[in-house]
Amino acid sequence: MQWEIVIGLEVHAQLSTQSKIFSGASIAYGAMPNTQACNIDLALPGVLPVLNRGAVERAIKFGLAVDAKINSPSIFARKNYFYPDLPKGYQISQYELPIVEGGSIRIQVGESEKTIRLTRAHLEEDAGKSLHEDFHGMSGIDLNRAGTPLLEIVSEPDLRGSAEAVAYAKTLHALVRWIGICDGNMQEGSFRCDANVSVRPLGIEKFGTRCEIKNLNSFRFLEKAIEFEAERQIDILEEGGTIRQETRLFDANKGETRTMRSKEDANDYRYFPDPDLLPVEIEPDLIAQLKAALPELPQARHERYMSDYDLSVYDASVLTGSREMADYFEATVKQFPAQAKLCANWIMGEISARLNKADIEITACPVAPEKLAALLARIHDGTISGKAAKTVFDSMWQGDLDQNVDAIIETKGLKQISDDSAIEELVDEVLAENAQQVADYRNGKEKAFNSLVGQVMKATKGKANPAQVNAMLKKKLESR
Amino acid sequence: MFNDSLKQLSKRLADRKISSVELTTEFLERIKQLNPQYNAFITVDEEKALAQACSADQKIATGDTHPLTGIPVAQKDIFCAKGWLTTCGSKILSNFVSPYDAGVIERFNAVGAVNIGKTNMDEFAMGSSNETSFYGPVRNPWDVAAVPGGSSGGSACAVAARMAPVATGTDTGGSIRQPAALCGISGIKPTYGTVSRYGMIAFASSLDQGGPMAKSAEDLALMLNVMTGFDARDSTSLQRETEDYTRDLEKPLSGLRIGLPKEYFAEGMSSDVEKAVMQALEEYRKLGAQTLEVSLPNSPLSIPVYYVLAPAEASSNLSRYDGVRYGYRSKSYQDLGDMYRKSRAEGFGAEVKRRILIGTYVLSHGYYDAYYIKAQKVRRLIAQDFKDVFTQCDVIMGPTAPTVAFDLGEKSSDPVQMYLSDIYTSAASLAGLPGMSIPIGFGEKERPVGLHIIGNYFAEARMLNAAHQYQRVTDWHRKMPDL
Amino acid sequence: MTLSIHDVKQIANLAYIKVSDDEAKSTLAQLSDIFKLIETMQAIDTAQIEPMSHAQDVVQRLRDDQVTESNQRELYQSIAPQVEEGLYLVPKVIE
Repeated sequence: MQWEIVIGLEVHAQLSTQSKIFSGASIAYGAMPNTQACNIDLALPGVLPVLNRGAVERAIKFGLAVDAKINSPSIFARKNYFYPDLPKGYQISQYELPIVEGGSIRIQVGESEKTIRLTRAHLEEDAGKSLHEDFHGMSGIDLNRAGTPLLEIVSEPDLRGSAEAVAYAKTLHALVRWIGICDGNMQEGSFRCDANVSVRPLGIEKFGTRCEIKNLNSFRFLEKAIEFEAERQIDILEEGGTIRQETRLFDANKGETRTMRSKEDANDYRYFPDPDLLPVEIEPDLIAQLKAALPELPQARHERYMSDYDLSVYDASVLTGSREMADYFEATVKQFPAQAKLCANWIMGEISARLNKADIEITACPVAPEKLAALLARIHDGTISGKAAKTVFDSMWQGDLDQNVDAIIETKGLKQISDDSAIEELVDEVLAENAQQVADYRNGKEKAFNSLVGQVMKATKGKANPAQVNAMLKKKLESR
Repeated sequence: MFNDSLKQLSKRLADRKISSVELTTEFLERIKQLNPQYNAFITVDEEKALAQACSADQKIATGDTHPLTGIPVAQKDIFCAKGWLTTCGSKILSNFVSPYDAGVIERFNAVGAVNIGKTNMDEFAMGSSNETSFYGPVRNPWDVAAVPGGSSGGSACAVAARMAPVATGTDTGGSIRQPAALCGISGIKPTYGTVSRYGMIAFASSLDQGGPMAKSAEDLALMLNVMTGFDARDSTSLQRETEDYTRDLEKPLSGLRIGLPKEYFAEGMSSDVEKAVMQALEEYRKLGAQTLEVSLPNSPLSIPVYYVLAPAEASSNLSRYDGVRYGYRSKSYQDLGDMYRKSRAEGFGAEVKRRILIGTYVLSHGYYDAYYIKAQKVRRLIAQDFKDVFTQCDVIMGPTAPTVAFDLGEKSSDPVQMYLSDIYTSAASLAGLPGMSIPIGFGEKERPVGLHIIGNYFAEARMLNAAHQYQRVTDWHRKMPDL
Repeated sequence: MTLSIHDVKQIANLAYIKVSDDEAKSTLAQLSDIFKLIETMQAIDTAQIEPMSHAQDVVQRLRDDQVTESNQRELYQSIAPQVEEGLYLVPKVIE
């Protein structure tokens, strides 16, 4: 039987505010334990929450970016359960009337596009951390993270298979960074995924029983966890078993999921409207203001790159993978509008590889877009070869000669020989010295041609314009 | 001197007839003498009180004074005060020294008032007799066999026994008004949102409201001037212009329309209470007010509604007491869950546990709509009744409590009977309306009776005016128990 | 509505309060009485009525996104039952 994998994702995006969602404590990462837990975060008797405007505005920005409904009023509710990292014994979250409802995101899987519907996105506070290294058989609780603002973004079960799930997560990740509401740092837990996975026989409409896999903090784990989980479910069903609805954990070391708690053990969270917080009303003016301040969205740029610059779907989606990369591309292409494809190739190729190797972000790229454009101009006008350009780029990366492209070309003597008569002279010499290869070529050995080109290039120490050499050689060989 | 009004004490301080240190010492002495018997205070800290009195004297010397500067104020042990043990009457907070000040405490500190001590109370303000306190019951100064009412029983007792000139209280369903009535003093719960709840340990957030307890309406007005005001740290705090609550005290009452809800004068009220209330109303008519019958048809449901909503909110508000970050932790436990369950079982008293269980139940899956949502809907009907009635009258009057103070132990084994003590007070709490009680005489066993006055939202000045005019022509509020 | 001992124990479990069998029994009797009182509100027709969550009809105020709190760990942990290396200690948390 053929099976279809059905996935819905719940993503927790940490909002990039200065202070916590309900207190004035800092959310900066990496502070000493409990130094950023104020009386409100510690849930001392008598303390009260006051909502952070920055968190609300970021949630609205997200809603606008995915074309969702912004609820007004929107209500905060208490989710009641006991856990040492949850100081109040309840988490302030949203239940009925979340701030963002509906909306959708378009994803790219290979060359095809798909729209994924969102159910909702709601504001809530993060919990603290339990540290399990041994304190004489006890656990340590750090509440610095308690109260950090989160936007929980819930998708409909529209994803089919791990590739779509990963594409969706990556698109969402790029989007929240793009609109500046989340730093997206997955190592620090700023962007975490829970996956609801079920399987059903292909062609059957009814959903299978789902399992929720918690806390997948990398795209690779997301992919692995879904694949393992789907296979686990299919195996059970094919052996005539049934799936138990439960929450599961992904063990990254073993690459498998295991039961965390079954539905029967599920807590009764006793949601009710938080009496300490009033209904949040959002003025249309604020929405208009936030909408106006929103940057051009990745989807819009994606379409524009394809129509204005004639880039492929693939190129456009790579370049819009992050706002920084897209901005870099735009700054480059602005200097050199006629050669968008050349700009794209260099950014996706040489620049990306270099950044990767140096482990730095494109915003820290030592070669500025104008400088790159100047280099590309020299390739385009034939002053240097593509190969020589890489040498020039190396120098620019090192910061040589004030990154002056022409000065570097000059100093390194990388200028191409484009003078026809000079090249003709060399070609003649090479043909005269390699009679055997000339004969081979004429007898149909195509390889011999490449060898001859190589000889000419060698004679010019690589400086001859290869296109010209090719043309000249062809002409001479054909004519004799 | 112990029977002096705030105005009189304030004048003596300003005229340098007495210093705050001397005044504070006098009250500390009286507490020392009376508290062992009445148990009104959980914590008295002479050193801290005298230090505050000393700085108040310096303040007075520079002429920088306020009517409350240098005046000893008894603080209900529900208000967090930095460096003070703040127990909320519970074992679970029996070791909690607050690291911060409540908004209300800050306000008293800012005008140079003296914190004379933290008063006893029903555990987490859950009770109507002060018998649920971990620190033992408070006695009624008029009769040691009687309860002082609750939950602000310690504050009511402290003022009635003149151990403090004024005190703070909190009211969720009647916790200022009922003990004020039972102890023969005055008390007001202002409109919800006027006194900051920041640092006031939560019982039921949508109902809790702080307020003053004092001998007279005039003193209450001066206290309200300090206690009210916007606090950005409380989302439910209202942004309003500053009011002077004394402004209307001297206005004549002619033309005042007093609504008498027929539901409050029906069965349930004891005859001695009824007699005193009728006499007080007669006095009001003499002062030029007119009385008319009104109806609050849904008011009789305020107790059932209250006992769904208040426990629901409380069950969640009290989840933070887990023995992890502060407060009581059980001495022996097997694992994490056991530590939680034992700390809470040992740290909370029977009434608090009962209400946590009620609240947990009404919020749980399958019961939420039938209880919690239903109660919220009836709450709206109760509030709507008041809206309708206030188109016909200016204030509502009736008994504060159905009977005079009952005996210690009389109702403690029957929660439902205890809950019915708040039958007249809880409706105003549900609606968020201001309510007050003033002494109007004595009933059975010479125990005090209180008159309940409910006003429209923000009508405190009008209510205080009505109370003050009555107190100008009567002297019930000046009566003090023979101790 | 009738409560059972089982219900009482389940609620206590949800509320993280340890109850003995005897306590559960006496609690059951009291809760039953209280719920009898509470049930009286069921007689009212509330079909068209909006639930009332707050005493005042006002909307949430928003706080500016500013860090206003500084580190007070020492003060806050001076009242904690058990701390070590700045952490609150609890019996081992099992995930």
